Amino acid sequence: MTSTQSPPTQDGVRPAEDAAPPRPGRRRRTRAADKGASRLFRWTATGAGALILVVLVAVAAFLVLRAWPALTTPAAELTEEVSWMGEATSLLDFVGPLIFGTVLAAALALVIATPIALGIALFTSHYAPRRLASGLGYLVDLLAAIPSVVYGLWGGLVLAPMVKPIWAWLNEYLGFIPFFAGTVSPTARVLMTVGLVLAVMILPIITAVSREVFLQTPRLHEEAALALGATRWEMIRVAVLPFARSGIVSASMLGLGRALGETMAVLMILSPGFLYSFQLLEAGQQQTIAANIAAQFPEANPLGVSALIATGLALFVITLVVNMAARAIVARRKDFSGAN
Amino acid sequence: MAQRIDVKDLNIFYGDFRAVADVGMAVEPRSVTAFIGPSGCGKSTFLRTLNRMHEVIPGAYVQGSVAMDGVDLYGSDIDPVAVRRQVGMVFQRPNPFPTMSIAENVLAGIKLNNKRISKGDAQDVVEASLRGANLWNEVKDRLNRPGSGLSGGQQQRLCIARAIAVKPQVLLMDEPCSALDPISTLAIEDLIAELKADYTIVIVTHNMQQAARVSDRTAFFNLAATGEPGRLVEIDDTATIFSSPRVQATEDYISGRFG
Repeated sequence: MTSTQSPPTQDGVRPAEDAAPPRPGRRRRTRAADKGASRLFRWTATGAGALILVVLVAVAAFLVLRAWPALTTPAAELTEEVSWMGEATSLLDFVGPLIFGTVLAAALALVIATPIALGIALFTSHYAPRRLASGLGYLVDLLAAIPSVVYGLWGGLVLAPMVKPIWAWLNEYLGFIPFFAGTVSPTARVLMTVGLVLAVMILPIITAVSREVFLQTPRLHEEAALALGATRWEMIRVAVLPFARSGIVSASMLGLGRALGETMAVLMILSPGFLYSFQLLEAGQQQTIAANIAAQFPEANPLGVSALIATGLALFVITLVVNMAARAIVARRKDFSGAN
Repeated sequence: MAQRIDVKDLNIFYGDFRAVADVGMAVEPRSVTAFIGPSGCGKSTFLRTLNRMHEVIPGAYVQGSVAMDGVDLYGSDIDPVAVRRQVGMVFQRPNPFPTMSIAENVLAGIKLNNKRISKGDAQDVVEASLRGANLWNEVKDRLNRPGSGLSGGQQQRLCIARAIAVKPQVLLMDEPCSALDPISTLAIEDLIAELKADYTIVIVTHNMQQAARVSDRTAFFNLAATGEPGRLVEIDDTATIFSSPRVQATEDYISGRFG
């Protein structure tokens, strides 16, 4: 590096780099090297981008290929061969309730986690004193480091007994709402408890991403709101939240993705069932795709494995659809995003 | 609608650092007062104390008094939010809310004041404010388009429309033309001349010709050295400041000998 700097002039002042007299040979070589480096960087970046696509295609191909036997076997033969498909009359009949249960559990988690996550994120970005904010942020990040099997243990052994009276109360007084209807489970190993645990699990990612987005709000827009006589909450409503809209959606989608695919915690807490049921407090109603795969896989015969992979394919498709829907929501108000 | 401001013995701090020292001045209603001075002399900082925007920076505070028609803005029972509703502000870089349409931007302040406003009244306010900011003819056909799609000069006039929509007593402008081209600058300067019929206007500018063109009174701020607080050197009629200032430093600055 020092060799490229020009020597000090007589009065000891080092002239600025671009004021140095041109030295053709060295300059040309530097430029060629720069070009090589920039080309290398460009191809590395392009390669990394392309890799995502390759992995995605590879996963999709694996799922389709391995699910093919189950997809093409006649329904009667399939239900005959695969013992745990129960009363389902076809693969579609089997995977339907699983898709329903998966989406319900994930949606429940999202509904619980998003407001709390946004609250924590806003508190750390706009309300808390700096020292407290960084401590709190660190604690929330720690939540993400807990393995899901620990969440499963905690949910089943600690949380379920704790929330049991609350679920009973909901069932008794708010039982007219379909979600809280039915017979409340004596063990509380129900989808409501699962939703709560999943909410804790996706809290850190939603909090961390939205906190970063909130901190990116241009100071100019915050000051514009304050100068109009906005209180701090009004400033957040007028300047911060609209600016962060697409970021909040992205954060929620990351959380939803994790909730859709979560296996261990669901497997360890939920008492499963295969119904299209909105009753969150009753046992033996729903099951999720991922937990079902984990539960059945060890004892599945080849066709059974294929059927399980077919349910995995369904999960893959759900995730894609959810993400695309989220993108569409964000893009609808593109003109107003401030990106132009 | 316009009120006078009396500033007495104002000291402005960022934590331990005293940024501006011992400022006293009177700002006349229905006039334009310009603040000039070298960078870092505290004129923008001082401007932001006039609507208590200074204190949104952690650790920032003031000593002394700023009285608007006799009421101290820093009195213990005064809510800074209420002050900012009385004293509008236009910033150096145009900052319309990017997530709002042109009309929503104009109405932003009114909506904040929690006034429920009928659709017809809202339209009237939008039109009156945009006309007041000389922007109506350019945007009347696209009031529902985002404000960020306008040119820089139009955005700045939109910000002025937003500020006057709430009918403030005073309008503060912090280098409102420094990010604009000469034609947009001219449009804003013409607008300032019209607005002073209704508002007390205080403008910070780095452009001395601009100060000479638009203002009735001019205040010159200076600082002895970096790390020293900025001080008000003198304030007088603009014509006097630019022809025969009392202080040598003012003349040096205006004639371009330093700064």
